[in-house]
Amino acid sequence: MRYSGFKVLKEALMGHKGWTPAWRDPEPQASYDIVIIGGGGHGLATAYYLAKEFKQKRIAVLEKGWIGGGNVGRNTTIIRSNYLLDGNEPFYEFSLKLWEGLEQDFNYNAMISQRGILNLIHSDAQRDAFVRRGNAMILNGADAELLTTAQIKERYPFLNTEDARFPIKGGLAQHRGGTVRHDAVAWGYARGADSRGVDIIQNCEVTGFRIENGKCLGVETSRGFIGAAKVGCAVAGSSGRLMAKAEMRLPIESHVLQAFVSEGLKPVLPGVITFGAGHFYVSQSDKGGLVFGGDIDGYNSYAQRGNLPVVEDVCEGGMAIFPAFGRARLLRMWGGIMDMSMDGSPIIDKTHIDGLYFNGGWCYGGFKATPASGFCFAHLLARDTPHPTATAYRFDRFEKGLMIDEKGMGNQPNLH
Amino acid sequence: MIIEHPLLGPRDAAEFTYLGDARLIDRPDWQSETAAHDFFEYGYLRDNPAGWHQELWFHEAGDRSWLVITRNTVTHEISKVELARDVARSRGRSK
Ligand SMILES: Cc1cc2nc3c(=O)[nH]c(=O)nc-3n(C[C@H](O)[C@H](O)[C@H](O)COP(=O)(O)OP(=O)(O)OC[C@H]3O[C@@H](n4cnc5c(N)ncnc54)[C@H](O)[C@@H]3O)c2cc1C
Repeated sequence: MRYSGFKVLKEALMGHKGWTPAWRDPEPQASYDIVIIGGGGHGLATAYYLAKEFKQKRIAVLEKGWIGGGNVGRNTTIIRSNYLLDGNEPFYEFSLKLWEGLEQDFNYNAMISQRGILNLIHSDAQRDAFVRRGNAMILNGADAELLTTAQIKERYPFLNTEDARFPIKGGLAQHRGGTVRHDAVAWGYARGADSRGVDIIQNCEVTGFRIENGKCLGVETSRGFIGAAKVGCAVAGSSGRLMAKAEMRLPIESHVLQAFVSEGLKPVLPGVITFGAGHFYVSQSDKGGLVFGGDIDGYNSYAQRGNLPVVEDVCEGGMAIFPAFGRARLLRMWGGIMDMSMDGSPIIDKTHIDGLYFNGGWCYGGFKATPASGFCFAHLLARDTPHPTATAYRFDRFEKGLMIDEKGMGNQPNLH
Repeated sequence: MIIEHPLLGPRDAAEFTYLGDARLIDRPDWQSETAAHDFFEYGYLRDNPAGWHQELWFHEAGDRSWLVITRNTVTHEISKVELARDVARSRGRSK
């Protein structure tokens, strides 16, 4: 069924009796050509592009809970392509371009809103870094604009540019950045994949791999063995746990990241603002809630909740830059498990086991990557060669010294 | 999280900074034939378990001692806190 304005009108007149479920609930088959583990944004996008762009057949997505219950439904929904390094920027710009056409492409309203993102500058060193970043973005076909303090004052009159603890000295803006309704991304990809024949199997936890003579033959699941010629793992924060079942140790630690949302307010904040010096970023959702966050908690964790010191730290950062927000009451807070990699960049690669492929290491920034991650992982699964924008995301980069370390922090996952 | 410091008693986890898996105490032998690969594994690969995990915490805003903490990564429960110095010595380091 195609969704359209006409269909909404027709259903309104017919008493809404013609809507059908957006995807089926099939029983798993004995085997598939390609099995994707993880029904988050990346797994569902991979299945969608495998079916749509790479014309693959007999595909299943296995999800241990319900689709969209992981990080794809827990993030702060910011999309942008303001990266610095060659290994990253073309990939994230490819992703932003896919976002721009996504709703038409999968015929689903994901409320993609290019309301712009602003990174605040407070020191000369920060300005130098952002000028360089902006130039790298423009070189890679992205948009970037360096704003003066006067321009910021004009566009964001509520920001204190005079006598704040961290005086605002400018900002780097990406006007094509913005926010997306995160759940709708999972649902839109799921519906698009399902309508092209992909089996989306929920409540199906992968508990092991069947590996013989260095080849992966399929997966053991809570619903029995499922054979597969190729298995793609896209389980984000659970990467370490899952790949341990194939006896792999990864360049990844799992950490908890918290997010917060206030009560609904009238429009107060145009676009996304990041206050890096204070470890705080915020946007306002279409419902009016201020959606904000800061640093990861900083210790290994698989608990989808964090601790109070980080709550305090995030709120202090918020109060330093937006004192007015202190009047808003906090409505909800939650945590998600991040697959923090050793250089802060992801992996989309084959493993040393034949037929077993891996996608992970997204850290706290994998939501914006969803379309390109799905597209590039589908490319790798279908053709066995990396997509041109994802050639650097290899396992062996750590041993070869080819790290993609945007922040220059070294092999310390909690600092990325 | 409250950390039962072996010398100072209960302390707020906010006073500490976190380094990671306590296996970092066991530095590979730099003269070994396989040193390059061993250091890659030491520096970059992690077990990252869901459950009990031995890890290094530094009491930065306190007595600046390194601790080995046994903590459950699913519940954040802490079952054991030792001075990293004692752990390293018991493994034959710094005699
Ligand atoms: C608080 C927070 C804020 C964030 N903010 C942003 C942001 O503003 N911008 C941005 O770009 N990114 C952000 N991120 C990061 C982003 O959400 C993640 O990087 C991204 O969603 C990860 O990919 P995914 O959607 O596929 O993960 P998930 O949705 O977590 O999908 C993985 C799925 O795998 C399933 N699974 C795990 N183990 C198994 C198994 N054994 N068998 C079967 N299924 C299994 C899980 O149940 C889960 O559904 C944020 C994350 C958090 C937690």
